[in-house]
Amino acid sequence: MNLGYIIRRIGVFLVIMWLAATVNFVMPRLAPVNPIREKLLQAVTFGGAGKTDMERVVQVYEEKFGLNQPLWRQYLRYLGDVARLDFGVSIANFPSRVIDIIMRALPWTIGLLLLATLLAFGLGTLLGALIAWPRAPGFLNYLLAPLLTLSAVPFYLLGLILVYFLAFTFKIFPLSGGYTLGAIPKLSWSFLMDAAWHSVLPALSIILASLGTWAIGMRGMMIIGLEEDYITFAEAKGIKDRDIFLKYALRNALLPQTTALALSLGYIVSGAVLVEVVFGYPGVGTVLYRAIQTFDYFVIYGVVIILILAIGLATLVMDLLYPLLDPRITYQRH
Amino acid sequence: MATMGNWMTTLARIRQYPLLLTGIVLVLAVALFGPVASFFVDENGAKVGAAMPDQPPSLEYPLGTDTVGREILAVLVVGTPLTLRIGLIAGVIGLGIGTLFGFLAGYFGGWVDTLLKGAADVLLTVPGLLFLVVIATTLRGAVSVNMMALVVAALAWMWPTRTIRAQVLSLRERQFVLVARLSGMNGLEIIVRELMPNLLPYLAASFVSAVASAILATIGLEALGLGPQNEPTLGMTIYWALYYTSVLRGMWWWWAPPIAIIIVTFVGLFLISMGLDQIANPKLRRTA
Repeated sequence: MNLGYIIRRIGVFLVIMWLAATVNFVMPRLAPVNPIREKLLQAVTFGGAGKTDMERVVQVYEEKFGLNQPLWRQYLRYLGDVARLDFGVSIANFPSRVIDIIMRALPWTIGLLLLATLLAFGLGTLLGALIAWPRAPGFLNYLLAPLLTLSAVPFYLLGLILVYFLAFTFKIFPLSGGYTLGAIPKLSWSFLMDAAWHSVLPALSIILASLGTWAIGMRGMMIIGLEEDYITFAEAKGIKDRDIFLKYALRNALLPQTTALALSLGYIVSGAVLVEVVFGYPGVGTVLYRAIQTFDYFVIYGVVIILILAIGLATLVMDLLYPLLDPRITYQRH
Repeated sequence: MATMGNWMTTLARIRQYPLLLTGIVLVLAVALFGPVASFFVDENGAKVGAAMPDQPPSLEYPLGTDTVGREILAVLVVGTPLTLRIGLIAGVIGLGIGTLFGFLAGYFGGWVDTLLKGAADVLLTVPGLLFLVVIATTLRGAVSVNMMALVVAALAWMWPTRTIRAQVLSLRERQFVLVARLSGMNGLEIIVRELMPNLLPYLAASFVSAVASAILATIGLEALGLGPQNEPTLGMTIYWALYYTSVLRGMWWWWAPPIAIIIVTFVGLFLISMGLDQIANPKLRRTA
């Protein structure tokens, strides 16, 4: 892998982060009245008991954004804060720092996403490869239509349907939340089991809804790959079917499939955010939802930047790992 | 008569593509549902307090009512066209910008290409919904249906840009373009008269996927509470159903019908885009 490629790829990552921060900086200032300031002033006017608190929030806000300073200086200062992941304090839960609120929720989101995405990707890829394989059982072909239909459904709507049938009507799974009410999050076996049990439905809605996408992509890749000369050659040599499938066809079709995974991470995360809302799952999506309900702007912007950062880092790592997965890639500039 | 004949051949050709045909039928059914049903359903029922709240489906209220006294059937009759309108406007804008960018990047190359393709690539890796959340948060409270469409359109142009650029790149090198250039056509003429007709299936496919992703984005934003608060779009209906915990209260008639319409819409659009793909890339016919 050449150094130029690595540097360019990191450059793209930095541009994305800069763009995200800039949108967050510019948007509130484009509005006729700055919504954050409005919300704070409103809170001061109406806040009875929390009045002094609110005045302190306003103070922190004015100080933080240096509203009396020239715009370019505010901007640089803002970029510096974002670089240090300092997003200020929550308006709704003063004086909690935004980054603390997000960090408490992030492990839930990452855990759910990792589990669901890896399972969906693995199962879907295998399924797609099998459907394309001429010597696989014929019934697999009938799976295609239902899988395609499911993949056209947004994750969270599928989640709603699952909750209704599997949690509300037949009380198999818990209705919502990440763990039983009253349980204290800690690293004990019983708590982990409880949390896992609560994650089944949210994970299932992500898996069912994305399985089809992976299966279709893989199927297309396999069908093209199976016509390659090396497959015919391998067959002529008398290599076992299973080995042709695994070591020749599947392996070569896998790379475009991982590229697709990197490309759709953003889409998956957006979907998962809404799945969390449906399930009241204690992850970042629910934090975002509550923040939108309470006009907690700093939390909203913080969540947006953290999620973009996480996806940016994940795709960066994947892109840098590709050449290790597949020596055909050189990344020379054409 | 000639155009009539063309129409007939087009129809005959569409029949060769069952996916496309099924997709068109599904999407047409959703699109016509609002206008047709409005003859039979009183649209005033979609207003808050129009009916008894929390009623299950009955003869009087075919799809029941919600917690603030809206008739679900009336809500869907009014809301479905609104959601489709958002998708359509955003799709048209997205395709327009995407086509322009795609042609500029693909035809002129150089720094124009670097800039436009770079912008599309960078934005594609970012979850669009998150950017839209920031935009919609700022506009909040004052969002109308048309504004919603504009917000969503802001991120609907990247895929069209990419696909069309790639096609233009390959078409540019073909013989007929060279012939056109030698016969004295300028860049714009070549784009409009030589390249455009060849790209029609791709443009149609891009348009369909732009509409689909716009509808997906708008429903997502609305489900988070960032939509037009006073309009009963499909996404806002889902939002209110979640907000009033309709699932936990067993009010399936509140959330199931809008979800059904959304699913039919997405499946339909998806089939259309697969069908168009088959027309555009005959090679795919075997694989799909």
